[in-house]
Amino acid sequence: MRNSKLASLEEAILRSGLKDGMTISFHHHFRGGDKVVNLVVGKLAEMGFRDLHLAASSLSDVHAPLIEHIKAGVITSISTSGLRGELADAISHGLMEKPVVFRSHGGRGSAIAGGELHIDVAFLGASSCDELGNASGCPRSENAKSICGSLGYALPDAEYADHVVVLTDDLVPYPNVPMSIRASRVESVVVVDSVGDSSKISSGAIRDSKNPRDVLLAKQAAKVILNSGYFKDGFSIQTGTGGASLAVVKYLRESMVGSGVKASFALGGITAHMVKLHQEGLIGKLIDVQSFDKVAAESIASDIAHQEVSAVDYASGQHLGSAVHALDIVILSALEVDSDFNVNVLVGSDGIIRGAVGGHPDTAEDSALSIIVCPLLRGRIPCIVPKVTTLTTPGRSVDVVVTEYGIAVNPARPEIAERLAAAGLNVVDINALCEKAMGMTGRPDPLPFGERVVGIVMDRKGGILDKIRNIEQ
Amino acid sequence: MELKEAMAGTLESGDIVIRIAPGDGLHIDLQSPVEARFGRQIRAVIAETLEELGICDACVSATDKGALDCTIRARVTAAAVRASGKDIWKD
Repeated sequence: MRNSKLASLEEAILRSGLKDGMTISFHHHFRGGDKVVNLVVGKLAEMGFRDLHLAASSLSDVHAPLIEHIKAGVITSISTSGLRGELADAISHGLMEKPVVFRSHGGRGSAIAGGELHIDVAFLGASSCDELGNASGCPRSENAKSICGSLGYALPDAEYADHVVVLTDDLVPYPNVPMSIRASRVESVVVVDSVGDSSKISSGAIRDSKNPRDVLLAKQAAKVILNSGYFKDGFSIQTGTGGASLAVVKYLRESMVGSGVKASFALGGITAHMVKLHQEGLIGKLIDVQSFDKVAAESIASDIAHQEVSAVDYASGQHLGSAVHALDIVILSALEVDSDFNVNVLVGSDGIIRGAVGGHPDTAEDSALSIIVCPLLRGRIPCIVPKVTTLTTPGRSVDVVVTEYGIAVNPARPEIAERLAAAGLNVVDINALCEKAMGMTGRPDPLPFGERVVGIVMDRKGGILDKIRNIEQ
Repeated sequence: MELKEAMAGTLESGDIVIRIAPGDGLHIDLQSPVEARFGRQIRAVIAETLEELGICDACVSATDKGALDCTIRARVTAAAVRASGKDIWKD
């Protein structure tokens, strides 16, 4: 084809004009199954690049090979939403000279759109792409191997990066329509063996839980929604990662069928549960920044009412048209909640980074009702604490905290506390929950934090929300 | 008190395995995912429980899976009963 953009990975990198010290970017739609980051950074290391800034929409366990590239000076700074596994552990122990910059999904979108996070070269994996660069997360041929559905987190990169390289494992005939990434934004197309293992998308933080405590929390959260005053025809809803939070929709469904109340849309990471309710006519539209499982990825490929949305249009705090501003109810999980309703979803109780900011602060702030589901304890680890280890979502954005020992309502929302109490739900003071947790576990000794800053948590406007210090072994 | 080797507990989440063997003085070897924040308290609970049972000389190996104090006391007591042959619930 004339104007074909096909290139080998090395040719594409040379063509991009990438230089030492520049910023490269990636999306995380394949989550734990991602193969693009390791492949590209491996090639960059081989080609002798140094001092690169890796700006990913998120990173996970599978990115442990980056440790060697950091030690070798290929990667010297990282921006991401989250870190997990060995890489997170090494960084918490002081692997990097420069602190990792953590942004929410909406925060990253607006930082890219506003130029605060400038991307020199974006390397974006796609499930299908044509020779001119029209790319999609949907399957478009019988040879489709790696399906991720929405490419929402890759869209700001495609829009604003100076140079865009699409990697695909299914090159399809022109025109690959409908496209998520437009050919006019793409400079090179690289065919690789595999961009990701789609079977690993629905694992880790978005597994379907059968844990009885998660089920209990999900049922309680469903009762909170029903009695909150926000459960009325045309409402909108989002569920965040975490077994209990994802399961809430299952228990809400019965009440929707019984009462005839229907949702206008569901937002965010879209799951099979959401797709089912949509197909049953209980949810009008699905606005999908990230497809959380195979069912969601298949639905977005075939259903016109299941719409892909970019991270900016999903959750930017700087763009008033972003979808979170229209969101009524969000259900989220937490590693820790403190007595001021502040939430930590990033740093474990051992002081080691083990999570992701995600859309948590974006949706909590802009939704009309934010509900956190969180057990009182995980093993001997108290989850309702006097003060969070790291602040990722300010307490002023959090309305209700559901635990198995009672439901705490932010004093700023007395009308919600009244409605829940009137419905016979066990409404308790957050301080009482905290004391109960401390009574069961004992008061934890302070963590052995060092003096070095290994992570900076940005707020949605680009200011500093909190700093993460290194942990001494 | 004369002791033989004995154990109690499981490796399930929220439980703790306590192994007791004869020793000179009290030695506690603890492995715990919450070592940094609760190691001191877990060791204290093990030592207190053994002292209450009159055991001051023992080698204790504890593999913790996030147990609460009540569980730790129960497992230490059961291991001590098995190790000493002195059934505190019957004798």
